[in-house]
Order: sequence, then structure tokens, then C-alpha cells
Amino acid sequence: MTGSGTTLDDYTDRYAQRVRGMTASEIRALFAVASRPEVVSLAGGAPYVSALPLDAVGEMLGRLAIDHGATSLQYGIGQGTLALRERICEVMALSGIGGELGASPEDVVVTVGGQQAIDLLARLFLDPGDVVLAEGPTYVGALGAFQAAQARVVHVTMDDDGLVPEALEAAIAAVAAAGHRAKFLYTIPTYQNPTGVTLTEPRRERVLDICERAGLLVVEDDPYGQLGFEGEAPAPLRARRRDGVFYLSTFSKTFAPGFRVGWVLAPHAVREKLVIASEAQILCPSAFAQAAVTAYLSSMPWREQLKTYREIYRDRRDALLDALAAQMPEGTRWTRPGGGLFVWATLPGGLDAKAMVPRALGARVAYVPGTGFYANGAGTANLRLNFSFSAPDRIREGVRRLAGVVEQELAMRSVFGELPASASRDAPASLLDVAETGVPPTGSEEA
Amino acid sequence: MNLRVLVLAGGLSHEREVSLKSGRRVFDALRTARIEVELRDADLTLLPVLADDPPDAVVIALHGATGEDGSLRGVLDLCRVPYVGGDARAARLAWDKPSAKAVLREHGIPTPDWVALPHDRFSELGAVAVLDRIVARLGTPLMVKPAQGGSGLGAAVVRDPDGLPAAMVGCFSYHPTALVEQFVAGTDVAVSVVDLGNGPQALPAVEIVPNSGVYDYAARYTAGLTTWHAPARLEPKVADRVAAIALDAHQALGLRDLSRVDLIVDGVGEPHVLEVTVAPGMTETSLLPLAVQAASLDLGEVFATLVARAAGRAR
Repeated sequence: MTGSGTTLDDYTDRYAQRVRGMTASEIRALFAVASRPEVVSLAGGAPYVSALPLDAVGEMLGRLAIDHGATSLQYGIGQGTLALRERICEVMALSGIGGELGASPEDVVVTVGGQQAIDLLARLFLDPGDVVLAEGPTYVGALGAFQAAQARVVHVTMDDDGLVPEALEAAIAAVAAAGHRAKFLYTIPTYQNPTGVTLTEPRRERVLDICERAGLLVVEDDPYGQLGFEGEAPAPLRARRRDGVFYLSTFSKTFAPGFRVGWVLAPHAVREKLVIASEAQILCPSAFAQAAVTAYLSSMPWREQLKTYREIYRDRRDALLDALAAQMPEGTRWTRPGGGLFVWATLPGGLDAKAMVPRALGARVAYVPGTGFYANGAGTANLRLNFSFSAPDRIREGVRRLAGVVEQELAMRSVFGELPASASRDAPASLLDVAETGVPPTGSEEA
Repeated sequence: MNLRVLVLAGGLSHEREVSLKSGRRVFDALRTARIEVELRDADLTLLPVLADDPPDAVVIALHGATGEDGSLRGVLDLCRVPYVGGDARAARLAWDKPSAKAVLREHGIPTPDWVALPHDRFSELGAVAVLDRIVARLGTPLMVKPAQGGSGLGAAVVRDPDGLPAAMVGCFSYHPTALVEQFVAGTDVAVSVVDLGNGPQALPAVEIVPNSGVYDYAARYTAGLTTWHAPARLEPKVADRVAAIALDAHQALGLRDLSRVDLIVDGVGEPHVLEVTVAPGMTETSLLPLAVQAASLDLGEVFATLVARAAGRAR
């Protein structure tokens, strides 16, 4: 250990290029306290699984081992069981993917959560340096998957009606003008993560038209579409177009994330490649988890459970929105989602949500700072607030603490004056420089 | 005698994750040394456990206020449960960096010149005026860090006075009082002090060379981002002086069993004490375990001895 010293890592020279930047993160480490009950966590994206009929689920799982252990505890096939794929088609029909544009079980590939579906599509379509268009902000796990594929992300502006079609056109043109090719648009059109915003009905058609004209594939991620609080959400993009639209979703929010069961619906030719890629990655999805979801969808009142989730989340969203309105300092803005799990807030006075994290955790409230949802360092003033996990009184207490933290930060700014924001200092100048997915995800959560 | 030991890790501080790793390392080391050991968080379940089934000794692997500011040690004293490390009073003194530096200076132990100020003073007296005075008195570069806390959290080197306001605000996110000290350029070393029964001894100094030049959180806790030299590449005379000063600091603060003294050795070989830690990190990339290894000791045996000594102080 004398002489040249030790780095405590004998593999430093052997790592792949993409491993660079995988380092201990101060901000991620700070979130360790969020698991303690003293902290009101508005971070994370955990569904309220305690609302499930746990006794009945437990009995169902027991029967799967006792009565069907020979298959449910065995290897399965790469595409996933036919029984589950049939149920998945019924679930999609409920969302509006039916009739002429309905899905066949043959075109469904079961995945390990939505995250594996994103990763598979990235592996299939993205070469290093390829461009992906995505809402700005977008799902942190998708950014991670695109980064692993060494692709570049160009964000497309959103407003309260979702992705802005003109901004999408401009982004496509800018990418082409720079001599690059955008491979697909990754979008969460309904109750988006992290903003909670929904792409409006008229914009859905426009976005599809724009992508079709530009020859741009659409990857539609729809984990939250069935969690609307105010009537039906607009039908998915895949319910309007079959060609060029890949639809992926998950049972993580509608049943439970512990099973890690998601899926992707893709045209036949692509589906074959998805299966081969998935087999190379995981051999096959968990047979037991698939059997559990199949049994849940076949034998338990899952539509009633969805209703329960919606009612609980609606109350919690209302608690969050009311508390924000009552408590937050003037100038704070936030979205008003009609469903899903998240509210996206913007801080006043040039405050930096990431720099504010230690103070917030010291005050025993956690949120996810906005920069993690951008590939380009944007989002410094933003934070994502989750309302699915904590009870309404905890949410109100969390917002009370958060408001105090923001007041203190504002006071600090008034004492020390304007400061450079921590992340925006690194923000590149041009649209395509922005594309580098150089910012590692800050929050941790599942797809 | 078969000892039963409780390792406390986790807590509510900003260093919870580091503490969980430290606790696990100590737990594994003690188990390897065939000590009966349990690992748990310091939460609502702790006091009932201490009352119903008190261990022979506690190892506090909690970093941050609870583990280091003396408060938990005071509670353990109330419960008459012995623990490894300095008592509540000494821990409180070492934990508050400005107080510790004042004691070190009283004892003639070199430490960089400093100013400690709560954020309220800046709002009362005007930030610009106060910062100007600080720069006029201490010059630049400066090191800004929270008056209490570890792992480099909230710390920043300020080379240009224009960067001072941002460093202060960053620091105040972690703690209401900032310590601003003269930045001393030189070689970063850490000396672990342990008392295995023959009085405090300084283990070989560990020299820290972060690849990026900055020993920040990533450099501390990512293997591969820092080169550690144990023993440090110091002239024998300098190494002896570093060890002597570390021991002086440990004793001046009234510490016991173990501590880690962080120093910087300037260009002419003079050591300056930066801070003293009563609950040193025990992670895979932490400095005390490296020093133990450099001394050809075994971490499990070291902790087995420390818990036996603590248990001997019992009740």
C-alpha cells in the first residue's frame, strides 16, 4: 500500500466508457434519511400498496405456489405467458386500445416493469450519438436508459396542455439541421411524470401527425393513464395509430410495483427482436410474478381496486394542492394534475431546488429536485412532489415544512444577493449541446 | 467472558448513508472477531432494548449530530450502558469545530486561523460588510464549512472573494453557523488515534490524493477516485511530528478510545489540525480502516479490544 498508494479499486482501467460518471452522489446519499418515519417524503414515486386487500393477495400468492408451483416456480418463455398477455390486451382495451386498432397477445412482450421496456426499445433503436426527443422534463429512468445507450436527449417544451406541437416541430428541424437523426419521441402523454400534465385531445392528433410526417417513431409510456381523478383521460396515442407507435405500460401503479411486471406492445417484426433482446438480457420475466398478476386480473376485483387507488390519490392530490395554495410563499407555481402521482412545482426568486435539499431534509421533508428530470442541467428551480404515498395530514405537514424551508432560502438570498444556480452554470448553449445525457439521475424510483 | 455488543448506525443526519455503511463494516469486523453483535438504528425502539436487554457495550457508528455531538452518549450514560469513544462532554467539544479549534489553539496546537458566524449576523450586520471584513482579516483562499458536520458536506474552497456569498449560502443549507478558515495548501493526511490499553497511539498517517484535486463526497466514497497512501509519504521527522500533534489534539479535547485527526502538512512540513472526529468513518473507503491495515492490525481485533475496554468501564 506504500509507494504508489491504493485507489481501493483495482478495476479502474478496465471499466467500459459508459461507467464513467457512476460515482457516489452527495445528493442521492442525503435522501437516505427519507426512509425514516420522521421525514415526510414527497420524494419517490411509490404507490400506496397498503390499500390492496393484502390478506386476499397473500392467499392468492400462496395458492399459486401450492396449486401451480410446477409452472409458477419454473422458467418461462421470453415473451411472457400467453395467459398474461391476453389479460394485458383486456387492460389495454379498457384504456381505449381496442377495435380495429386493438392489440393481439402475439404483439405483447412482458417485461420487468416499464423500465425494461424502455431499455429494450433503447437497445433496439439507438446507436451511440443518436437523438431521442423527450418532454422537458421527463421520466428520470428513461434518461438513465438513453444515457446507457449513449444516446442524446433533446427536450421538447411542455405547457399545461402537454408537449407543445410547435416546439416538437422546431426540435425535429433543429436536430435535422445539425445533421443528426432523431430516432424516436419518448413521451408520457397522460398524467406525466414528473409534471402530472396531460397532452390534450387536439394536441394528440397534432403530435402524431408531426411525428408521422417526420418519420419519427413514438414511444408512448403510459403507466398512469388509468389513474385519472376527473373522468376518462384522452385515449392513448396507440389507440389512434398502430404504425410507428410503441406502447408500454406497467402493473406497478395499477396493482403493485413489487411484482415488477410491465409490457410493451409493438408491431410484429419489432416484437420478434424485442423478445430476442429481452432473452439476452433476462432470459425470461419472472414466472411467479406473471402468474400473480394473471391471477389478480382473473380472480380479484381489480377494477374496484383501481377505483380505490383513484379515490385515495384524488384526496391526497387535493390535500397537496390545497396545502400548496395555503402555505407556499408568493411566486411559487405548480401544476394541477388530473391524475397520476405527481405535482411539479417551480420555486420563486431564482431559488435552486437541488441546493435547497440539505435544508429541506434538515427540516424533515423530502422532494426530488428538478434537474434529475432533464438531460441538460435545466430544472434548477423545479421540484417534484409525490402525493400517492403519504396520507393527507402528512402531506399537509410536509408542505408546511417545505414552505418554511423556501422562506428561509428566500431570506438567505435576500441577505447574500443573486447567486449562480448550481446546475445551470453547466448548461450548454445550443440545442444539440443540450442533448448530451450527461446529468445522472438524481432521484431514485422505479418505472 | 462473551461480550454482547450493539452497533448503532443510521440516524437522521445528512450522513445516514455513510453511517449505515460504517455500522455494517464494524458489525462484520466484530463478528469476524467472534463477538456477539447486533446492528440497529437509533430510533424509538432503542431505549426499550437498552432497558430490557442491555448490551455489554455500544459502538456508535452514527455520524452527524446524534452520534457525535454528545447527546446520544449522554443518553447512554443515563442508561448506564458503556460505549466506545469519548464521553458526552468531549464529544460535544470536538463536534463543534470552532469550539474545538479554540481548545487546540489554547494548547498550542496549530490550526488555521478562522472566523465562525451564524447566518443571523449576516442579515443583522449586512452580508457584504461582514464578508469584506472576513476577507480583509483572513485573506484568500478560504475554506468554508458548516461549524458542525462531516463528510465534506456543505464545504467549499473559495479562491476569489466573489465566490464567497455562494459558498456561505451552500454552507448554511447544512448548518446555521459557518466556519470560515484560511485555506492551507499542502498534503492532506488523517491520523487515527486508538487506545488499545497502553494509552493513545497514533496509527500511521493516511495521505489523501483525490484525482480531481478536491476531496468531495464523490472522491471520499467512490473507490477509484482518490489515491490513499498509508503510511503517508512524509519525511520521518515530519511523520513523527504529525503523529505527535494528532495525539496532542486527541488529548487536548479529552477524547478516549479512538478518534481521527485530519491535518494538512504545509509546504515547509508543518502540520495544521483541521478537525477531529469522534465517530470516524468505517466504510470501505474510510481512513481509519486503512490506517489499521497499515499498522498491520486487524479491524475486528481493534474493535474487540475497544469494546472490552468500554465494557470494563461499566456501571
